Amino acid sequence: MLRSPAASPSRRFAPQDQGGWASRNTRHDGGGGLAIYAILYLAFLYVPVLLLPLFSFNDSAFITFPLTGFTTKWYAAMAGDEEMRAALANTLKVGAAASLISTILGLLTAKVLARGIRGGAFFAGFASLPLFIPDIVLGIALLMLVTSLDIPLSLESVVVGHVAICLPFAIAVLLSRFEGFDLSLEEASRDLGENGWMTFWWVTFPLVLPGIVASLLLTFIVSFDDFLIAFFLCGTDTTLPVYIWGELRFPYKLPNVLALGATILIASSALIALAEWVRRQGVSGSPRDHGIGI
Amino acid sequence: MAGAKSELRLKTSGLARIGRVFRHSDAARGYLLISPAMAVLLFALAAPLALLVLYSFWSENGLVLDTHPTLSQYAAIASREGYRSLFLRSVAISSLVTLVTVALAYPMAYFVAFRAGGAKFVWLLLLTIPFWTSYLLRVFAWKVILGYDGVINSALIGLGLISRPLEFLLYNPTAVVVTLAHAYAAFAILPIYVSLEKIDRSLLEAAADLGDGPLRRFFRVTLPLSLPGVLGAAVLIFVPTTGDYVTPTLVGGSDGVMIANIIQVQFGRVNNWPLGAALAIGSMAAVAVIAVSFIQAARLAVARIR
Repeated sequence: MLRSPAASPSRRFAPQDQGGWASRNTRHDGGGGLAIYAILYLAFLYVPVLLLPLFSFNDSAFITFPLTGFTTKWYAAMAGDEEMRAALANTLKVGAAASLISTILGLLTAKVLARGIRGGAFFAGFASLPLFIPDIVLGIALLMLVTSLDIPLSLESVVVGHVAICLPFAIAVLLSRFEGFDLSLEEASRDLGENGWMTFWWVTFPLVLPGIVASLLLTFIVSFDDFLIAFFLCGTDTTLPVYIWGELRFPYKLPNVLALGATILIASSALIALAEWVRRQGVSGSPRDHGIGI
Repeated sequence: MAGAKSELRLKTSGLARIGRVFRHSDAARGYLLISPAMAVLLFALAAPLALLVLYSFWSENGLVLDTHPTLSQYAAIASREGYRSLFLRSVAISSLVTLVTVALAYPMAYFVAFRAGGAKFVWLLLLTIPFWTSYLLRVFAWKVILGYDGVINSALIGLGLISRPLEFLLYNPTAVVVTLAHAYAAFAILPIYVSLEKIDRSLLEAAADLGDGPLRRFFRVTLPLSLPGVLGAAVLIFVPTTGDYVTPTLVGGSDGVMIANIIQVQFGRVNNWPLGAALAIGSMAAVAVIAVSFIQAARLAVARIR
Protein backbone atom coordinates (compact mmCIF):
# COMPACT_ATOMS: atom_id res chain seq x y z
CA MET A 1 0.00 0.00 0.00
CA LEU A 2 2.90 2.28 0.76
CA ARG A 3 4.50 1.79 -2.60
CA SER A 4 2.67 3.32 -5.47
CA PRO A 5 4.06 3.48 -8.98
CA ALA A 6 2.42 6.86 -9.51
CA ALA A 7 5.23 9.21 -10.41
CA SER A 8 3.75 12.59 -11.06
CA PRO A 9 2.03 13.35 -7.75
CA SER A 10 5.07 12.29 -5.78
CA ARG A 11 7.13 15.07 -7.32
CA ARG A 12 5.21 17.61 -5.37
CA PHE A 13 6.21 16.08 -2.05
CA ALA A 14 9.84 15.72 -2.90
CA PRO A 15 11.98 18.21 -1.04
CA GLN A 16 14.02 20.14 -3.55
CA ASP A 17 16.75 21.21 -1.21
CA GLN A 18 18.41 17.91 -0.46
CA GLY A 19 21.10 17.76 -3.05
CA GLY A 20 18.80 16.36 -5.66
CA TRP A 21 18.92 12.96 -3.99
CA ALA A 22 15.30 12.82 -3.00
CA SER A 23 13.90 14.12 -6.25
CA ARG A 24 15.99 11.72 -8.32
CA ASN A 25 14.69 8.76 -6.41
CA THR A 26 11.11 9.53 -5.50
CA ARG A 27 9.92 7.66 -8.55
CA HIS A 28 11.09 4.40 -7.02
CA ASP A 29 10.13 5.29 -3.50
CA GLY A 30 6.40 5.71 -3.92
CA GLY A 31 6.33 9.20 -2.41
CA GLY A 32 2.70 9.57 -3.46
CA GLY A 33 1.67 6.44 -1.57
CA LEU A 34 3.51 7.68 1.46
CA ALA A 35 1.76 11.04 1.27
CA ILE A 36 -1.60 9.28 1.17
CA TYR A 37 -0.58 7.20 4.17
CA ALA A 38 0.43 10.36 6.02
CA ILE A 39 -2.95 11.93 5.39
CA LEU A 40 -4.78 8.77 6.51
CA TYR A 41 -2.64 8.71 9.64
CA LEU A 42 -3.52 12.32 10.35
CA ALA A 43 -7.19 11.38 9.97
CA PHE A 44 -6.71 8.52 12.45
CA LEU A 45 -5.26 11.03 14.92
CA TYR A 46 -7.84 13.75 14.45
CA VAL A 47 -11.22 12.24 13.53
CA PRO A 48 -11.85 10.60 16.93
CA VAL A 49 -11.00 13.83 18.70
CA LEU A 50 -13.05 16.01 16.37
CA LEU A 51 -16.16 13.95 17.06
CA LEU A 52 -16.42 15.65 20.46
CA PRO A 53 -16.96 19.15 19.03
CA LEU A 54 -19.24 17.70 16.35
CA PHE A 55 -21.60 15.99 18.77
CA SER A 56 -21.41 18.83 21.26
CA PHE A 57 -23.62 20.83 18.84
CA ASN A 58 -25.99 17.92 18.23
CA ASP A 59 -29.54 18.26 19.52
CA SER A 60 -29.73 14.83 21.18
CA ALA A 61 -28.71 13.39 24.51
CA PHE A 62 -27.34 10.33 22.71
CA ILE A 63 -24.06 10.35 20.88
CA THR A 64 -25.23 8.55 17.75
CA PHE A 65 -25.58 9.14 14.02
CA PRO A 66 -27.55 10.53 12.29
CA LEU A 67 -27.19 14.03 13.72
CA THR A 68 -30.58 15.36 14.77
CA GLY A 69 -30.14 19.12 14.71
CA PHE A 70 -28.01 22.06 15.75
CA THR A 71 -28.08 23.34 19.30
CA THR A 72 -25.94 25.29 21.72
CA LYS A 73 -27.95 24.23 24.76
CA TRP A 74 -25.20 21.93 26.07
CA TYR A 75 -22.84 24.89 26.16
CA ALA A 76 -25.45 26.93 28.01
CA ALA A 77 -25.92 24.08 30.50
CA MET A 78 -22.16 23.84 30.92
CA ALA A 79 -21.79 27.56 31.56
CA GLY A 80 -24.47 27.41 34.25
CA ASP A 81 -22.89 24.48 36.10
CA GLU A 82 -21.57 25.82 39.43
CA GLU A 83 -19.61 22.68 40.26
CA MET A 84 -17.90 22.78 36.90
CA ARG A 85 -16.94 26.41 37.32
CA ALA A 86 -15.46 25.70 40.75
CA ALA A 87 -13.45 22.81 39.29
CA LEU A 88 -12.27 25.04 36.45
CA ALA A 89 -11.13 27.71 38.91
CA ASN A 90 -9.22 25.08 40.91
CA THR A 91 -7.55 23.75 37.78
CA LEU A 92 -6.50 27.23 36.68
CA LYS A 93 -5.01 27.97 40.10
CA VAL A 94 -3.09 24.69 40.19
CA GLY A 95 -1.94 25.13 36.59
CA ALA A 96 -0.71 28.67 37.18
CA ALA A 97 1.24 27.68 40.29
CA ALA A 98 2.68 24.48 38.82
CA SER A 99 3.73 26.11 35.54
CA LEU A 100 5.32 29.11 37.26
CA ILE A 101 7.27 27.01 39.78
CA SER A 102 8.40 24.36 37.29
CA THR A 103 9.45 26.99 34.75
CA ILE A 104 11.55 28.91 37.30
CA LEU A 105 13.19 25.68 38.51
CA GLY A 106 13.60 24.51 34.92
CA LEU A 107 15.20 27.83 33.93
CA LEU A 108 17.88 27.56 36.61
CA THR A 109 18.50 23.88 35.87
CA ALA A 110 18.61 24.24 32.09
CA LYS A 111 21.06 27.14 32.33
CA VAL A 112 23.46 24.99 34.33
CA LEU A 113 22.97 21.83 32.28
CA ALA A 114 23.50 23.68 28.99
CA ARG A 115 26.84 25.02 30.27
CA GLY A 116 27.88 21.54 31.33
CA ILE A 117 28.63 20.56 34.90
CA ARG A 118 30.18 17.58 36.61
CA GLY A 119 27.38 15.08 37.13
CA GLY A 120 25.15 16.88 34.63
CA ALA A 121 24.03 13.63 33.02
CA PHE A 122 22.97 12.31 36.41
CA PHE A 123 20.96 15.44 37.22
CA ALA A 124 19.35 15.46 33.78
CA GLY A 125 18.43 11.79 34.17
CA PHE A 126 17.02 12.36 37.64
CA ALA A 127 14.93 15.29 36.39
CA SER A 128 13.49 13.25 33.50
CA LEU A 129 12.57 10.32 35.76
CA PRO A 130 8.93 11.43 36.15
CA LEU A 131 8.46 10.68 32.43
CA PHE A 132 9.19 7.01 33.05
CA ILE A 133 7.15 6.49 36.18
CA PRO A 134 3.49 5.69 35.58
CA ASP A 135 1.27 8.47 36.91
CA ILE A 136 -0.59 6.01 39.08
CA VAL A 137 2.61 5.06 40.89
CA LEU A 138 3.60 8.69 41.41
CA GLY A 139 0.04 9.44 42.53
CA ILE A 140 -0.11 6.75 45.21
CA ALA A 141 3.46 7.44 46.35
CA LEU A 142 2.69 11.13 46.84
CA LEU A 143 -0.54 10.20 48.60
CA MET A 144 1.49 8.13 51.07
CA LEU A 145 3.95 10.97 51.64
CA VAL A 146 1.24 13.57 52.18
CA THR A 147 -0.72 11.38 54.60
CA SER A 148 2.40 10.34 56.55
CA LEU A 149 3.28 14.00 57.03
CA ASP A 150 -0.32 14.65 58.16
CA ILE A 151 -0.78 17.27 55.47
CA PRO A 152 -4.45 17.49 54.46
CA LEU A 153 -5.16 16.62 50.82
CA SER A 154 -5.62 19.87 48.97
CA LEU A 155 -4.80 21.80 45.84
CA GLU A 156 -1.36 22.50 47.33
CA SER A 157 -0.54 18.79 47.39
CA VAL A 158 -1.68 18.56 43.75
CA VAL A 159 0.70 21.42 42.88
CA VAL A 160 3.64 19.51 44.40
CA GLY A 161 2.87 16.47 42.25
CA HIS A 162 2.36 18.61 39.16
CA VAL A 163 5.68 20.39 39.58
CA ALA A 164 7.34 16.96 39.51
CA ILE A 165 5.62 15.91 36.26
CA CYS A 166 6.04 19.36 34.65
CA LEU A 167 9.73 19.75 35.39
CA PRO A 168 11.03 17.38 32.65
CA PHE A 169 9.05 19.35 30.04
CA ALA A 170 10.22 22.73 31.34
CA ILE A 171 13.86 21.61 31.33
CA ALA A 172 13.62 20.10 27.83
CA VAL A 173 12.07 23.22 26.30
CA LEU A 174 14.48 25.62 28.04
CA LEU A 175 17.51 23.43 27.39
CA SER A 176 16.87 23.55 23.65
CA ARG A 177 16.73 27.33 23.97
CA PHE A 178 19.98 27.57 25.95
CA GLU A 179 21.79 25.23 23.58
CA GLY A 180 21.40 27.68 20.72
CA PHE A 181 22.63 30.42 23.01
CA ASP A 182 25.86 32.26 22.24
CA LEU A 183 27.83 32.31 25.50
CA SER A 184 30.08 35.09 24.24
CA LEU A 185 27.14 37.48 24.66
CA GLU A 186 27.15 36.89 28.43
CA GLU A 187 30.93 37.16 28.49
CA ALA A 188 30.79 40.45 26.61
CA SER A 189 28.31 41.81 29.13
CA ARG A 190 30.55 40.77 32.01
CA ASP A 191 33.61 42.24 30.34
CA LEU A 192 31.73 45.50 29.97
CA GLY A 193 31.32 45.56 33.72
CA GLU A 194 27.80 44.26 34.37
CA ASN A 195 27.48 41.99 37.37
CA GLY A 196 25.86 38.55 37.29
CA TRP A 197 22.28 39.67 37.97
CA MET A 198 22.40 42.55 35.50
CA THR A 199 23.85 40.24 32.85
CA PHE A 200 21.06 37.78 33.49
CA TRP A 201 18.38 40.47 33.38
CA TRP A 202 19.62 42.40 30.32
CA VAL A 203 21.22 39.65 28.22
CA THR A 204 20.22 36.12 29.18
CA PHE A 205 16.60 36.72 30.05
CA PRO A 206 15.55 38.49 26.79
CA LEU A 207 17.30 35.82 24.72
CA VAL A 208 15.60 32.88 26.44
CA LEU A 209 12.27 34.67 26.87
CA PRO A 210 10.57 32.70 24.05
CA GLY A 211 11.66 29.49 25.78
CA ILE A 212 10.26 30.75 29.07
CA VAL A 213 6.89 31.59 27.52
CA ALA A 214 6.76 28.22 25.72
CA SER A 215 7.67 26.42 28.92
CA LEU A 216 4.96 28.27 30.87
CA LEU A 217 2.34 27.34 28.29
CA LEU A 218 3.38 23.69 27.92
CA THR A 219 3.70 23.00 31.64
CA PHE A 220 0.36 24.70 32.19
CA ILE A 221 -1.17 22.26 29.68
CA VAL A 222 0.51 19.27 31.35
CA SER A 223 -0.91 20.34 34.71
CA PHE A 224 -4.30 21.22 33.23
CA ASP A 225 -4.62 17.77 31.63
CA ASP A 226 -3.44 15.67 34.51
CA PHE A 227 -6.11 13.40 35.92
CA LEU A 228 -4.44 10.64 37.95
CA ILE A 229 -2.23 12.67 40.28
CA ALA A 230 -5.05 15.08 41.04
CA PHE A 231 -7.40 12.09 41.47
CA PHE A 232 -5.28 10.81 44.37
CA LEU A 233 -4.22 14.14 45.86
CA CYS A 234 -6.99 16.69 45.45
CA GLY A 235 -9.20 15.55 48.32
CA THR A 236 -12.50 17.44 48.09
CA ASP A 237 -11.17 20.25 45.86
CA THR A 238 -11.81 18.63 42.50
CA THR A 239 -9.91 19.76 39.45
CA LEU A 240 -11.55 19.76 36.03
CA PRO A 241 -10.33 16.31 34.85
CA VAL A 242 -11.40 14.78 38.17
CA TYR A 243 -14.79 16.45 37.77
CA ILE A 244 -15.10 15.11 34.21
CA TRP A 245 -14.17 11.63 35.43
CA GLY A 246 -17.02 11.80 37.92
CA GLU A 247 -19.47 12.97 35.27
CA LEU A 248 -18.60 10.11 32.91
CA ARG A 249 -20.49 7.74 35.19
CA PHE A 250 -23.81 9.39 34.39
CA PRO A 251 -24.95 8.82 30.79
CA TYR A 252 -27.42 11.72 30.90
CA LYS A 253 -24.57 14.11 31.64
CA LEU A 254 -22.54 13.08 28.58
CA PRO A 255 -23.61 16.00 26.37
CA ASN A 256 -22.37 18.47 29.00
CA VAL A 257 -19.05 16.64 29.08
CA LEU A 258 -18.95 16.85 25.28
CA ALA A 259 -19.39 20.61 25.33
CA LEU A 260 -16.78 20.98 28.05
CA GLY A 261 -14.43 18.59 26.25
CA ALA A 262 -14.78 20.42 22.94
CA THR A 263 -14.00 23.73 24.65
CA ILE A 264 -10.93 22.28 26.37
CA LEU A 265 -9.66 20.65 23.17
CA ILE A 266 -9.89 23.82 21.14
CA ALA A 267 -8.42 26.03 23.87
CA SER A 268 -5.49 23.70 24.53
CA SER A 269 -4.76 23.20 20.82
CA ALA A 270 -4.57 26.96 20.42
CA LEU A 271 -2.25 27.25 23.42
CA ILE A 272 0.05 24.52 22.05
CA ALA A 273 0.25 26.06 18.61
CA LEU A 274 1.03 29.39 20.28
CA ALA A 275 3.70 27.81 22.52
CA GLU A 276 5.40 26.13 19.58
CA TRP A 277 5.30 29.31 17.53
CA VAL A 278 6.80 31.33 20.39
CA ARG A 279 9.43 28.69 21.06
CA ARG A 280 10.63 28.94 17.49
CA GLN A 281 10.93 32.71 17.53
CA GLY A 282 14.49 33.74 16.93
CA VAL A 283 15.74 30.20 16.49
CA SER A 284 17.61 30.30 13.21
CA GLY A 285 15.88 27.53 11.24
CA SER A 286 18.40 24.87 12.16
CA PRO A 287 17.36 21.56 10.63
CA ARG A 288 18.31 19.73 13.82
CA ASP A 289 15.92 21.69 15.98
CA HIS A 290 12.69 19.75 15.97
CA GLY A 291 10.24 18.19 18.30
CA ILE A 292 8.23 19.54 21.15
CA GLY A 293 9.69 18.85 24.50
CA ILE A 294 10.56 15.22 23.86
CA MET B 1 34.23 42.02 74.08
CA ALA B 2 37.36 41.91 72.00
CA GLY B 3 36.98 38.15 71.72
CA ALA B 4 33.44 38.51 70.40
CA LYS B 5 34.63 41.08 67.90
CA SER B 6 37.40 38.90 66.57
CA GLU B 7 34.97 35.99 66.41
CA LEU B 8 32.61 38.13 64.39
CA ARG B 9 35.43 39.12 62.09
CA LEU B 10 36.36 35.47 61.68
CA LYS B 11 32.77 34.63 60.83
CA THR B 12 32.39 37.40 58.29
CA SER B 13 35.69 36.56 56.68
CA GLY B 14 34.52 32.94 56.53
CA LEU B 15 31.31 34.05 54.85
CA ALA B 16 33.27 36.27 52.51
CA ARG B 17 35.44 33.32 51.62
CA ILE B 18 32.40 31.18 50.82
CA GLY B 19 31.03 34.08 48.82
CA ARG B 20 34.31 34.32 46.91
CA VAL B 21 34.24 30.61 46.17
CA PHE B 22 30.77 30.96 44.72
CA ARG B 23 31.67 34.01 42.73
CA HIS B 24 34.81 32.51 41.33
CA SER B 25 33.85 28.88 40.86
CA ASP B 26 31.41 28.28 38.05
CA ALA B 27 30.89 24.74 39.28
CA ALA B 28 29.87 25.81 42.78
CA ARG B 29 27.49 28.38 41.35
CA GLY B 30 26.11 25.72 39.03
CA TYR B 31 25.31 23.40 41.92
CA LEU B 32 23.73 26.29 43.78
CA LEU B 33 21.48 27.06 40.79
CA ILE B 34 20.24 23.51 40.28
CA SER B 35 19.79 22.80 43.98
CA PRO B 36 16.20 24.15 44.19
CA ALA B 37 15.04 21.83 41.39
CA MET B 38 16.88 18.89 42.90
CA ALA B 39 15.42 19.65 46.33
CA VAL B 40 11.91 19.67 44.85
CA LEU B 41 12.59 16.38 43.07
CA LEU B 42 13.95 14.85 46.27
CA PHE B 43 10.79 15.85 48.08
CA ALA B 44 8.22 15.19 45.33
CA LEU B 45 9.81 12.19 43.65
CA ALA B 46 12.56 10.43 45.61
CA ALA B 47 10.94 10.65 49.04
CA PRO B 48 7.52 9.40 47.88
CA LEU B 49 9.11 6.52 45.97
CA ALA B 50 11.23 5.57 48.99
CA LEU B 51 8.09 5.63 51.12
CA LEU B 52 6.35 3.44 48.53
CA VAL B 53 9.11 0.86 48.92
CA LEU B 54 8.81 1.05 52.73
CA TYR B 55 5.03 0.59 52.58
CA SER B 56 5.43 -2.52 50.46
CA PHE B 57 7.27 -4.15 53.39
CA TRP B 58 4.57 -3.21 55.91
CA SER B 59 1.16 -4.73 56.43
CA GLU B 60 -2.39 -3.70 57.18
CA ASN B 61 -3.94 -5.13 60.35
CA GLY B 62 -7.59 -4.28 60.15
CA LEU B 63 -7.49 -0.51 60.08
CA VAL B 64 -4.06 -0.14 61.70
CA LEU B 65 -0.83 0.02 59.79
CA ASP B 66 1.68 -2.55 61.08
CA THR B 67 5.19 -1.24 60.39
CA HIS B 68 7.08 -4.43 61.22
CA PRO B 69 9.00 -5.32 58.07
CA THR B 70 7.53 -8.31 56.32
CA LEU B 71 7.57 -9.89 52.90
CA SER B 72 3.96 -10.98 53.22
CA GLN B 73 2.69 -8.58 50.50
CA TYR B 74 5.13 -9.93 47.93
CA ALA B 75 4.36 -13.48 49.06
CA ALA B 76 0.64 -12.78 48.60
CA ILE B 77 1.27 -11.46 45.08
CA ALA B 78 3.47 -14.41 44.13
CA SER B 79 1.00 -16.97 45.42
CA ARG B 80 -2.13 -15.53 43.85
CA GLU B 81 -2.71 -16.80 40.32
CA GLY B 82 -5.00 -13.82 39.65
CA TYR B 83 -2.24 -11.23 40.08
CA ARG B 84 0.15 -13.13 37.85
CA SER B 85 -2.31 -13.51 35.00
CA LEU B 86 -3.34 -9.87 35.38
CA PHE B 87 0.28 -8.79 35.16
CA LEU B 88 0.93 -11.02 32.15
CA ARG B 89 -2.13 -9.60 30.45
CA SER B 90 -0.95 -6.03 31.10
CA VAL B 91 2.43 -6.86 29.58
CA ALA B 92 0.81 -8.59 26.60
CA ILE B 93 -1.52 -5.65 25.94
CA SER B 94 1.33 -3.14 26.27
CA SER B 95 3.58 -5.18 23.97
CA LEU B 96 0.87 -5.26 21.36
CA VAL B 97 0.27 -1.52 21.79
CA THR B 98 4.00 -0.88 21.37
CA LEU B 99 4.21 -3.01 18.23
CA VAL B 100 1.12 -1.48 16.61
CA THR B 101 2.01 2.10 17.51
CA VAL B 102 5.60 1.86 16.27
CA ALA B 103 4.61 0.05 13.05
CA LEU B 104 1.95 2.65 12.25
CA ALA B 105 4.18 5.57 13.19
CA TYR B 106 7.29 4.56 11.23
CA PRO B 107 6.00 5.41 7.74
CA MET B 108 4.55 8.64 9.12
CA ALA B 109 7.90 9.65 10.65
CA TYR B 110 9.65 8.62 7.43
CA PHE B 111 7.34 10.85 5.44
CA VAL B 112 8.05 13.87 7.65
CA ALA B 113 11.80 13.28 7.64
CA PHE B 114 12.24 12.66 3.90
CA ARG B 115 9.19 13.87 2.04
CA ALA B 116 7.57 16.77 3.85
CA GLY B 117 10.06 19.31 2.55
CA GLY B 118 9.35 22.83 3.71
CA ALA B 119 6.15 21.77 5.46
CA LYS B 120 8.05 19.80 8.13
CA PHE B 121 7.21 22.20 10.92
CA VAL B 122 3.51 22.15 10.10
CA TRP B 123 3.48 18.34 10.02
CA LEU B 124 5.32 18.07 13.33
CA LEU B 125 2.94 20.53 14.92
CA LEU B 126 -0.11 18.68 13.57
CA LEU B 127 1.24 15.37 14.83
CA THR B 128 2.02 16.66 18.32
CA ILE B 129 -1.08 18.73 19.05
CA PRO B 130 -3.25 15.68 19.87
CA PHE B 131 -0.53 14.48 22.24
CA TRP B 132 -0.88 17.63 24.29
CA THR B 133 -4.67 17.74 24.38
CA SER B 134 -6.52 16.08 27.21
CA TYR B 135 -5.69 12.39 27.46
CA LEU B 136 -8.87 11.73 29.41
CA LEU B 137 -10.99 13.26 26.63
CA ARG B 138 -9.22 11.31 23.88
CA VAL B 139 -9.93 8.04 25.68
CA PHE B 140 -13.48 9.17 26.25
CA ALA B 141 -13.79 9.85 22.52
CA TRP B 142 -12.96 6.21 21.78
CA LYS B 143 -15.56 5.05 24.28
CA VAL B 144 -18.09 7.16 22.40
CA ILE B 145 -16.92 5.79 19.04
CA LEU B 146 -16.82 2.10 19.94
CA GLY B 147 -19.82 1.95 22.26
CA TYR B 148 -22.98 -0.14 21.86
CA ASP B 149 -24.93 3.01 20.96
CA GLY B 150 -21.76 4.53 19.65
CA VAL B 151 -20.66 6.34 16.55
CA ILE B 152 -19.55 3.30 14.53
CA ASN B 153 -22.60 1.21 15.38
CA SER B 154 -25.10 3.98 14.72
CA ALA B 155 -23.36 4.90 11.47
CA LEU B 156 -23.32 1.31 10.22
CA ILE B 157 -26.97 0.84 11.15
CA GLY B 158 -27.85 4.13 9.50
CA LEU B 159 -26.13 2.97 6.32
CA GLY B 160 -28.08 -0.29 6.50
CA LEU B 161 -24.93 -2.40 6.69
CA ILE B 162 -25.85 -4.08 9.96
CA SER B 163 -29.19 -4.50 11.70
CA ARG B 164 -28.02 -4.90 15.29
CA PRO B 165 -25.15 -3.08 17.05
CA LEU B 166 -21.83 -4.88 17.06
CA GLU B 167 -20.98 -5.77 20.63
CA PHE B 168 -17.37 -6.77 20.15
CA LEU B 169 -16.15 -3.21 19.61
CA LEU B 170 -15.99 -1.98 23.20
CA TYR B 171 -14.96 -3.46 26.56
CA ASN B 172 -12.22 -5.82 25.48
CA PRO B 173 -8.42 -5.83 25.12
CA THR B 174 -8.63 -4.84 21.43
CA ALA B 175 -10.40 -1.62 22.35
CA VAL B 176 -7.61 -0.95 24.85
CA VAL B 177 -4.95 -1.54 22.17
CA VAL B 178 -6.64 0.76 19.64
CA THR B 179 -7.17 3.53 22.17
CA LEU B 180 -3.61 3.37 23.51
CA ALA B 181 -2.11 3.20 19.99
CA HIS B 182 -3.97 6.41 19.27
CA ALA B 183 -3.03 8.05 22.58
CA TYR B 184 0.71 7.27 22.35
CA ALA B 185 1.20 8.06 18.65
CA ALA B 186 3.42 11.09 19.30
CA PHE B 187 5.70 9.05 21.58
CA ALA B 188 6.51 6.87 18.57
CA ILE B 189 6.62 9.47 15.82
CA LEU B 190 8.97 11.98 17.46
CA PRO B 191 11.88 9.67 18.44
CA ILE B 192 11.72 7.81 15.11
CA TYR B 193 11.58 11.08 13.22
CA VAL B 194 14.60 12.45 15.10
CA SER B 195 16.70 9.37 14.34
CA LEU B 196 15.67 9.41 10.65
CA GLU B 197 16.48 13.10 10.44
CA LYS B 198 19.98 12.45 11.79
CA ILE B 199 20.83 10.00 8.99
CA ASP B 200 23.57 11.40 6.79
CA ARG B 201 21.95 11.78 3.38
CA SER B 202 25.22 10.98 1.60
CA LEU B 203 25.05 7.42 2.98
CA LEU B 204 21.76 6.93 1.16
CA GLU B 205 23.24 8.42 -1.97
CA ALA B 206 26.23 6.11 -1.67
CA ALA B 207 23.97 3.07 -1.34
CA ALA B 208 22.05 4.15 -4.43
CA ASP B 209 25.24 4.79 -6.38
CA LEU B 210 26.53 1.36 -5.43
CA GLY B 211 23.46 -0.14 -7.02
CA ASP B 212 21.08 -0.76 -4.13
CA GLY B 213 17.42 -0.51 -5.09
CA PRO B 214 15.16 1.57 -2.84
CA LEU B 215 13.95 -1.46 -0.89
CA ARG B 216 17.42 -2.90 -0.34
CA ARG B 217 18.73 0.52 0.57
CA PHE B 218 15.95 0.96 3.10
CA PHE B 219 16.64 -2.34 4.85
CA ARG B 220 20.43 -2.07 4.72
CA VAL B 221 20.90 1.63 5.50
CA THR B 222 17.82 3.55 6.62
CA LEU B 223 16.21 1.01 8.94
CA PRO B 224 19.37 0.00 10.87
CA LEU B 225 20.37 3.64 11.31
CA SER B 226 16.92 4.55 12.62
CA LEU B 227 16.79 1.68 15.12
CA PRO B 228 17.84 3.84 18.10
CA GLY B 229 14.72 5.92 17.51
CA VAL B 230 12.57 2.82 17.17
CA LEU B 231 13.93 1.36 20.40
CA GLY B 232 13.50 4.66 22.21
CA ALA B 233 9.92 4.86 21.01
CA ALA B 234 9.25 1.27 22.09
CA VAL B 235 10.46 1.96 25.63
CA LEU B 236 8.63 5.29 25.82
CA ILE B 237 5.40 3.50 24.94
CA PHE B 238 5.84 0.17 26.70
CA VAL B 239 6.80 1.52 30.13
CA PRO B 240 3.92 3.95 30.74
CA THR B 241 1.21 1.89 29.02
CA THR B 242 1.70 -1.09 31.35
CA GLY B 243 0.75 1.26 34.16
CA ASP B 244 -2.14 2.93 32.37
CA TYR B 245 -5.30 3.36 34.40
CA VAL B 246 -7.75 5.49 32.43
CA THR B 247 -7.93 3.45 29.23
CA PRO B 248 -8.56 -0.02 30.71
CA THR B 249 -11.10 1.52 33.07
CA LEU B 250 -13.06 3.34 30.38
CA VAL B 251 -12.87 0.97 27.40
CA GLY B 252 -11.38 -2.29 28.73
CA GLY B 253 -14.38 -3.93 30.39
CA SER B 254 -13.75 -6.94 32.61
CA ASP B 255 -11.45 -8.65 30.10
CA GLY B 256 -9.38 -5.52 29.64
CA VAL B 257 -8.53 -4.93 33.32
CA MET B 258 -4.87 -4.09 33.78
CA ILE B 259 -2.46 -3.88 36.68
CA ALA B 260 -3.17 -0.20 37.42
CA ASN B 261 -6.84 -0.99 38.07
CA ILE B 262 -5.96 -3.49 40.77
CA ILE B 263 -3.47 -1.04 42.29
CA GLN B 264 -6.11 1.69 42.43
CA VAL B 265 -8.56 -0.68 44.14
CA GLN B 266 -6.09 -1.10 47.04
CA PHE B 267 -6.29 2.65 47.61
CA GLY B 268 -10.05 2.79 47.22
CA ARG B 269 -12.49 0.05 48.11
CA VAL B 270 -10.09 -2.57 49.50
CA ASN B 271 -7.98 -0.01 51.40
CA ASN B 272 -4.83 -2.12 51.65
CA TRP B 273 -2.04 0.35 50.93
CA PRO B 274 0.88 -2.01 51.60
CA LEU B 275 -0.47 -4.49 49.07
CA GLY B 276 -1.02 -1.67 46.57
CA ALA B 277 2.55 -0.48 47.13
CA ALA B 278 3.94 -3.98 46.64
CA LEU B 279 1.91 -4.39 43.44
CA ALA B 280 3.26 -1.06 42.15
CA ILE B 281 6.88 -1.84 43.05
CA GLY B 282 6.66 -5.41 41.75
CA SER B 283 5.18 -4.44 38.42
CA MET B 284 7.52 -1.47 37.93
CA ALA B 285 10.53 -3.68 38.63
CA ALA B 286 9.27 -6.36 36.24
CA VAL B 287 8.58 -3.77 33.54
CA ALA B 288 12.06 -2.30 33.98
CA VAL B 289 13.62 -5.77 33.65
CA ILE B 290 11.61 -6.48 30.50
CA ALA B 291 12.48 -3.10 28.97
CA VAL B 292 16.20 -3.44 29.70
CA SER B 293 16.44 -7.00 28.39
CA PHE B 294 14.49 -5.95 25.29
CA ILE B 295 17.00 -3.18 24.60
CA GLN B 296 19.96 -5.52 25.17
CA ALA B 297 18.48 -8.15 22.86
CA ALA B 298 17.82 -5.56 20.19
CA ARG B 299 21.38 -4.21 20.47
CA LEU B 300 22.79 -7.72 20.10
CA ALA B 301 20.59 -8.34 17.08
CA VAL B 302 21.73 -5.08 15.47
CA ALA B 303 25.37 -5.88 16.18
CA ARG B 304 24.94 -9.25 14.49
CA ILE B 305 23.38 -7.69 11.38
CA ARG B 306 26.33 -5.35 11.10
